[in-house]
Amino acid sequence: MYFLCNRAQYDYYKYHPMSEITGWMEQMVKDHPDVVTVVKYGKTYESRDISLLKIGLNTGKEKKAIWMDCGIHAREWIAPAFCQYFVREILQTYKTDAKMEEMMKNVDFYVTPVLNIDGYIYTWENETTRLWRKNRSPGPKNCSCYGTDLNRNFDANWGTVGVSFNCCSNTYPGTQPASEPEAKAVTDFVGSRKDIFLCFLTIHSYGQLILVPYGHPNYTAPNYDELMMVGKGAAEAIWKVHGMDYTVGASPDVLYANSGSSRDWARMQGIPLTFTFELRDNGTYSFELPEDQIQPTCEEAYSGALHIITYAHDKTFSGAVANAAVTLWSILLAAGVTGATLM
Amino acid sequence: MRLVVVLAVLMGVSGIPDVTISPPTASADTSAHPNSIPETADESEQIKARTEEGAEEDVMATGELNPNHYPATRAAQVVQHYLNTRYGSPFRLIGVQTVHSGNAEDVADSGRKYQLELSVNDIISNTTRTCSAELFFPKGKGQQPPEVNASCEELLKIDIKVQEEALYQKYKTNQTLMSAQYLPDSHGHIEPDMKPFWHLGILASSFIMLNESTENTLYNMAQVANITQLTTEEDQLEFDCHTLLHEMVSQEIIHWKMLFTWSPAEGVKVLQMKRLPHRHEREKSPKTN
Repeated sequence: MYFLCNRAQYDYYKYHPMSEITGWMEQMVKDHPDVVTVVKYGKTYESRDISLLKIGLNTGKEKKAIWMDCGIHAREWIAPAFCQYFVREILQTYKTDAKMEEMMKNVDFYVTPVLNIDGYIYTWENETTRLWRKNRSPGPKNCSCYGTDLNRNFDANWGTVGVSFNCCSNTYPGTQPASEPEAKAVTDFVGSRKDIFLCFLTIHSYGQLILVPYGHPNYTAPNYDELMMVGKGAAEAIWKVHGMDYTVGASPDVLYANSGSSRDWARMQGIPLTFTFELRDNGTYSFELPEDQIQPTCEEAYSGALHIITYAHDKTFSGAVANAAVTLWSILLAAGVTGATLM
Repeated sequence: MRLVVVLAVLMGVSGIPDVTISPPTASADTSAHPNSIPETADESEQIKARTEEGAEEDVMATGELNPNHYPATRAAQVVQHYLNTRYGSPFRLIGVQTVHSGNAEDVADSGRKYQLELSVNDIISNTTRTCSAELFFPKGKGQQPPEVNASCEELLKIDIKVQEEALYQKYKTNQTLMSAQYLPDSHGHIEPDMKPFWHLGILASSFIMLNESTENTLYNMAQVANITQLTTEEDQLEFDCHTLLHEMVSQEIIHWKMLFTWSPAEGVKVLQMKRLPHRHEREKSPKTN
């Protein structure tokens, strides 16, 4: 597979190795210099730059933001594919879709196509490494195994449930919260800007689920009902695209209890709308989702993510109030013109 | 005059950035989730902890089950494995589609019993069937397989005999024994004429996944690492197979080696199965079997 320099030829419906994704990010900046910048916000264990694309219309003011990360778990290849698709989609639609243009004005999108870069590269090494999950930091002393589960490493009820302190385990949470540079990069970047984030989406596979905080069975987010309502709206939007069912719920209810997830950490920072997406499929192909399913998976996931993002945006920017006022104004004007009485 | 006042108020309102047309707020329906505590006015982001039960132990769901919650969905997955061992074929593969309802209860001190109503999908023909199932997960020392009983309407309705016979004849009489690796490959791809062997790998794995299942596991087959046809005097085709199972709760990939046979008449029969130690386990002990 060779890297194609022209953006118009980048195939969003094939899986790309890390070198191609990095090139694609640079190309996005070249193609949309007025709305896209690359922000490097950390380094992986193996010293690679962790980068995100910051996408939004420049207003010169500090803006509210939407966070999306993909590829915390190396083997979940459909997730980085979705992040790339998402970027392509918002860049394509904002020029013709008034709602997306409005959102681009009001918020910035911070999209990390691959967070666990070392792990992702490792899964491309050969067929035997394809199902690697964790990052690639060496285990603690006396441990013959590599890797920490980054989605157990965040400072959110760290090390309590859904983990194993066997360092060879796939749910090993690390030596302490945010011990891993990849997790720390997120907590440093988002943590220092937490007040701007309306929404935090973290993309995984597989299972066809939309998970709301918290992973610990004894804790419930104060806005659980809102999260469930918005999540169910997203699942309905997903279903409308290709008829796929996504189950919505807190992780301990619909999947399993866990702790130290990025979603839980983000919610605890006060970011109100935080969700984990578990994309296709339901276990038939599991992590090796065929490339001919990339397009339909991305289309439905986009619809779901957009539902949440739109809700988060509208809740803050009172677009709905302005619209209602305009509507009522028109009605009253018309009533005035025709001489009809309202009472 | 009143009209002007109303309009003035509206204009004023639309200028306030944090007024919202409200979707229902959390406080509107606090009874929706048993653990939720109403949002406090100061928007404190502290976690609201449940105070009634201090114990953290896993209380098993009993009585009517929420069909979307994991006790029901894990049990349904076990039914899927059972159905594949009984009715699966290179041309019939069963997957859970929806759990409609479920019930669980403790049985004295011997285990837990489940009852499920569910719909399953024949993945190959894309047809849906409804099923009723009963499961029993025994309690006690050591891993004991669950007992499953399930019946589905018209599961065998679609005729696959011709395809099965053609596959059987082709590989009974071929000059070279077939062998395939990594089904699916890293990109999710399977060569069309290798698909029946991917299906056979899933069926053989279903015996293992059924045996290994508990209320705390959720198994899927992640990949057939290798499937190789062996010579045999018997009527059935015989295969050596190395598969990778994904266990969702632990997120581990578990390697199994199997010897199994298949024929249209007898279906899949597993002769031997052996769990392979994980690579790191093998690293620790230099002696290999």
